[in-house]
Amino acid sequence: MAIVGVLALQGSFNEHIAALRRLGVKGVEIRKPEQLRNVTSLIIPGGESTTMAKLAESYNLFPALREFVKMGRPVWGTCAGLILLSNNAVGQKSGGQGLIGGLNCTVHRNLFGSQLQSFEAELLVPEIASSEGGPETFCGVFIRAPAILEVGKEVQVLADYPAPSNGLLEENVEEERRVIVAVRQGNILATAFHPELTADTRWHSYFLKMADDTGEEALSSPVAIPVDISCVQQPRNDLPIYR
Amino acid sequence: MDEDATVRVCNFTFPRIQVQSRVNASRMCTSLISSRTHMPRGGAIFEVSRIRDAKIAEKAGACAIVLSQSICFCNSRMIDPSLIAKFKAAVSIPIIARVRVGHVVEAEILQAVGVDFIDESEILGTADKENHINKGDFTCPFICGSTNLGEALERIKEGAAMIRTQGIESICGDIAKTVRNVRSVMEDIRLLHNMSEGECLEFSGKIGVPSDLAAQTGRMGRLPVVHFAAGGIVTPADAAFMMRLGCDGVFVGPEMFDCPDPYKRARGIVEAVNRYDDPNAVAVAVAVAMSGLN
Repeated sequence: MAIVGVLALQGSFNEHIAALRRLGVKGVEIRKPEQLRNVTSLIIPGGESTTMAKLAESYNLFPALREFVKMGRPVWGTCAGLILLSNNAVGQKSGGQGLIGGLNCTVHRNLFGSQLQSFEAELLVPEIASSEGGPETFCGVFIRAPAILEVGKEVQVLADYPAPSNGLLEENVEEERRVIVAVRQGNILATAFHPELTADTRWHSYFLKMADDTGEEALSSPVAIPVDISCVQQPRNDLPIYR
Repeated sequence: MDEDATVRVCNFTFPRIQVQSRVNASRMCTSLISSRTHMPRGGAIFEVSRIRDAKIAEKAGACAIVLSQSICFCNSRMIDPSLIAKFKAAVSIPIIARVRVGHVVEAEILQAVGVDFIDESEILGTADKENHINKGDFTCPFICGSTNLGEALERIKEGAAMIRTQGIESICGDIAKTVRNVRSVMEDIRLLHNMSEGECLEFSGKIGVPSDLAAQTGRMGRLPVVHFAAGGIVTPADAAFMMRLGCDGVFVGPEMFDCPDPYKRARGIVEAVNRYDDPNAVAVAVAVAMSGLN
């Protein structure tokens, strides 16, 4: 059974673990740096990026997380996770926040606005459809979502969306301006929306394929995986997913 | 404030508050409203009345803040809406504001102003003794208080997207009532989880809850929405205790800020909520918090 780490500092880590379980994959909660040695891929969930950054700082997780990304291990950030993986973040709280970095892009926190501006949208996802099958579109759940304003040349854009006209983008927003909401850069996958809050598991299976492609060389020797009793009791943590 | 009563914050102009006679909400898909409350999960929400406390909470790792105002000598009311823009400018984390139970217009105002969550708060006060707000008419997610499973499921039936199991709002940090109420909810959920369909139906009738929600709760072995505890929680150990009892997070009272270094205290609580099942980690969190009391 494949094992994927899910950063469990705050937010929707249970939802990612539930999605992985639906695909027959075990998700392991990661809270300490040494736990990263036991997994070959990592999901950084949605939630409050400032809370996660604060806890990552307190637990000295940043060096281990940066190392994990540098080693080329597959990492997927959703929403807050996207912010943490970005090299450059704007629209932050005063004083900024810690970032893991590695993804060559500029992300804007809460670009679409506050809770009232949260929305669902059908996104065109040709790469996911060709890799995992299913419809050409994916229902993206955007909650106080960030968006990527610009990317480096090596970054592959997987989905984009019309820029909001709420004045948060400083320059005059042209009618056709779009912002980027899903990208891949080698071993890094990032989405501004929350696939873990929908029943469509194609992003998770896409990420698992990334993990399979690189996973074989990753572990040099067998590592004893600590038995996580909470996995057996996991269904009690699952909130309903409506779509 | 501009002449047309708009407030300019960060190049974003808030329109003058239009209080509609009826909420013009297209019935937003339940999925999206409920989904939003997954985000504070595993976190601590701090009650603040001052901008500086809001900033401290954010810096310490709060996943949201709930706004309160100095209590007037008579009934408390919804916070002055013009203050919300100031808090939004000060912090980037979600903002919750309270309305009195049943006060539809207070809720409409807060939704128009753009808070992230509305807390229909029996602690704030009650405007309608017979009826809670019909929360399905709103696009903003609601948090509601309850003291037992029956009340929780009633609120969820009305459209609450998050439940706050409430103890006593006590500046002395008395969590006994909070623990009692959380245990009562969890005990009833465990009972439901082990019941047959028929038994569940009878049980739901007995405690006066909608049978479909009771059945869903029993199947899942948990409330079908995010479940936080509130009431007297001001220490990391108390916060960890609530998480151990099965809650998804905690609300922390404003009395937490009455100490020399509230940042450390808040940080300790945030860490304890995350590492609640590791006594050594909670011990470290307590030490961090205690250092803020000296």
